[in-house]
Amino acid sequence: MSATTSVEKRGLLAGYDFLDSAVDAIHGLKKAGFKEIMAYVPYPEHHIEAALGYGQSPVRVFTLVGGLTGAATGLALTTWTSAYWPLVVGGKPIIGIPAYIVITFELAVLFGALATLIGLGINAHIPDFKPRVAYDPEFSAGRYGLFVEVPADRVDEAKRILEAQEPAELRVGEEAAHA
Amino acid sequence: MATATTERGALTHPDVERLSDVNTDILKILSRPGKGWWALFLLAAAGVGVFFTSWVIQLVRGIGVSGLNDPVGWGVYITCFVFWVGIAHSGTLISAILFLFRAPWRQAVYRTAEAMTVFAVMTAGLFPLIHLGRMWHGYWLFPYPNSRFLWPNFKSPLIWDVFAVTTYFTVSATFFFLGTIPDIAAARDGATGLRKRFYQVISLGWRGTDRQWHHFGKAYIFLAALATPLVLSVHSVVSWDFAMAIVPGWHATIFAPYFVAGAIYSGVAMVITLIVPMRKVWGLEKYVTTKHIDALAKLCLLTSLIVLYSYLCEFFLAWYSGGVIERASFWNRLFGPYWWATWTMLTCNGLVPIMLWFKRVRHSIPALWVISIFVNIGMWFERYVIIVTSLHHEYEPFAWGMYRPSHVEVGILVGSFAWFGFWFLLFTRILPPVAIAELKEVLPPPLRKIRKPAEEAHA
Repeated sequence: MSATTSVEKRGLLAGYDFLDSAVDAIHGLKKAGFKEIMAYVPYPEHHIEAALGYGQSPVRVFTLVGGLTGAATGLALTTWTSAYWPLVVGGKPIIGIPAYIVITFELAVLFGALATLIGLGINAHIPDFKPRVAYDPEFSAGRYGLFVEVPADRVDEAKRILEAQEPAELRVGEEAAHA
Repeated sequence: MATATTERGALTHPDVERLSDVNTDILKILSRPGKGWWALFLLAAAGVGVFFTSWVIQLVRGIGVSGLNDPVGWGVYITCFVFWVGIAHSGTLISAILFLFRAPWRQAVYRTAEAMTVFAVMTAGLFPLIHLGRMWHGYWLFPYPNSRFLWPNFKSPLIWDVFAVTTYFTVSATFFFLGTIPDIAAARDGATGLRKRFYQVISLGWRGTDRQWHHFGKAYIFLAALATPLVLSVHSVVSWDFAMAIVPGWHATIFAPYFVAGAIYSGVAMVITLIVPMRKVWGLEKYVTTKHIDALAKLCLLTSLIVLYSYLCEFFLAWYSGGVIERASFWNRLFGPYWWATWTMLTCNGLVPIMLWFKRVRHSIPALWVISIFVNIGMWFERYVIIVTSLHHEYEPFAWGMYRPSHVEVGILVGSFAWFGFWFLLFTRILPPVAIAELKEVLPPPLRKIRKPAEEAHA
C-alpha cells in the first residue's frame, strides 16, 4: 500500500489506566489492520484475551499426553517388575492389577503435571531472560499495556488510534528489535 | 452515589480501591522485618536445632533411643507423618478444588494455604526417613534397577505411599510456584538492588503478556484438575497404610474418606492459626475480611461434622459388628490406659468446634483462633490414638504392651513444628504471602466510561 517497500518496523507502547480504554484501543488497532499487538495485563483478564481473539491453548495436549504416558508407565512398571521376578506375596496373584491402580494413578498425575509445566514453558516462552525495552513496571501493578509493531510509515496512524483512548503513557520506539 | 456504595459492599474486598493498592499493601510485607518476626524466626531456628540434634542422636545411637518396641512399632514419628500430610491437604483444597468450583473467597487465603501445603509435605516427608532408623537405606523405597533386579512390592500400601507423597510434593510445589510467578514479577518490579536481581531470576522473565496469561490460565486449570483427585488420593493412600492391615481399629473401609475429611479439617484449622496473626500484624484486614474468615470457619465446621460422624460410626460399628476383638479394641480406646488421648481427641475435634455453629463465634477472631489451636491438638491426638491404641492392644493378651515416647521423639515432634515455622517465616519475607494477581481478578476492573448493561454485552 505504501510507496516504500521497506519492512522496517517500529514499536509503540501505550499504558492505559482503564480496562475499556485498552480493549477499545485493541479493537481500533485491529480494525485498522494492525496485527502484531501484544497486551500486558496485571492479572488474567478475559476481556483483553477475547479482544485479541485467542483459540484453544495447546497446553491441554501436553497435559493429556503427559497423563497418558504416566499411566502407561505406572502400569508397565508394576506389571513388568512383578513378572520379571515372580514372587507370590500374601497369596495374591503375581500381577494384581487393583493394587497397581494406585501407582498408575499417581504417575499419571505426576507426568501430567510435569508435562503441563513443559507445555506452558514452550507455549508461553517461559523462562525468558532477554532484556526487554517494551515494558513498564506499572504493568504488574494496575496499568494495562499495549505494544504494537507497525511499519515505519504507519506510525502516526497507530499513534492516533492509541491516543484516542487517552493513554497514561505512550512511547514510540526507534526500532522494535526487542519486542 | 448511594447505589455505588451498596454495590461496593457486595464485593469481596470492598475497601480495596485500586488495582495498584494491592501491590503496595502486599509488597510492603516483604520489606524490613520487624522485631517480632526476628524473635519468632530465632525461636524457630532454635527449634530446628533441637530437631536435628535429636535426629543425629538417633542416627548415632540407633532407633533404640526412641520408645518404639514390640508391640508398638509405630509411634510419634508416624503420627507426625500423618498429621503433617493432613495439614497439607487443605492448602490444595483451597487452591485447587475451590478454584475449580470458582469459590469467590479463596483468593485472599490461598497463597498462605498453598505455602503451608508445601512446607507441611516437606516436614511430613522427613518422618518416614526418621522412622526408618537407618535412613541411609531410604532409597530402597524407590524402584531402581539394582544388581539382582529385585523390585519393591507394589502390592504394599507403603510403596503406594512413597509414590503418593512424592507425587504430592512435586505437584503441590509446582502448583505453588506457578501461581506465584506473576506475583514474583510484581515484587521484581517494585524491588531494587540484589532483591531485584533475585526476583528477576525466579520470576522467569514473566511480563504478564496476553500470550503468557492465556497459556498460564490453561496450565493452571489443568494443574488444578490434576491436583484435585491427587489430594483425595494421597490421604486415602495414607489411610490404607493402616486399613490394609488386619489390626483391630485399623481394618475399616471407612478409613479413606474419614482420613481425607480429617486432613482437610486439620489443614483448615492450621490455615486459620496462621492467617489470623498474619492478618493482624500486617494489617491485611482489607484483604482477609471477616467474610473470608467466616468461610474458613464454615469449612472447618463442615469437616468437623464429617470427622465426628466418622468417630461415631467407628464406635457404633465396633459394637454392632459383634466382633469380640473389635469391641475390646474400641472399649480400650475409651477406657483403657490411653483414655486421655482418646478423650482429648473427642473433645478437641468433636465438642469444641460445635461453637462454630454460632455466627458470633465465627466472627470473633480471637475465639476462632483458639478453636483452631484446639483442632490442631485434637487432630494430632487423633492420629496418635489410631496408631498407638490400636497397636498396643491387638489380639493376644500376652502381646499387649505400652508405649511411651522418649525424649528424642518429643524433641523431633516439637522440632518438626519449628522446622515448618522456619520455612513459613522465610516464605513470608521472600514471596508475596497474599496472591496479588488473583486478588485483582475479583476486584472490579477500572473503567473510563460507565456503560449500560446492553452495551457491555456487545463489547
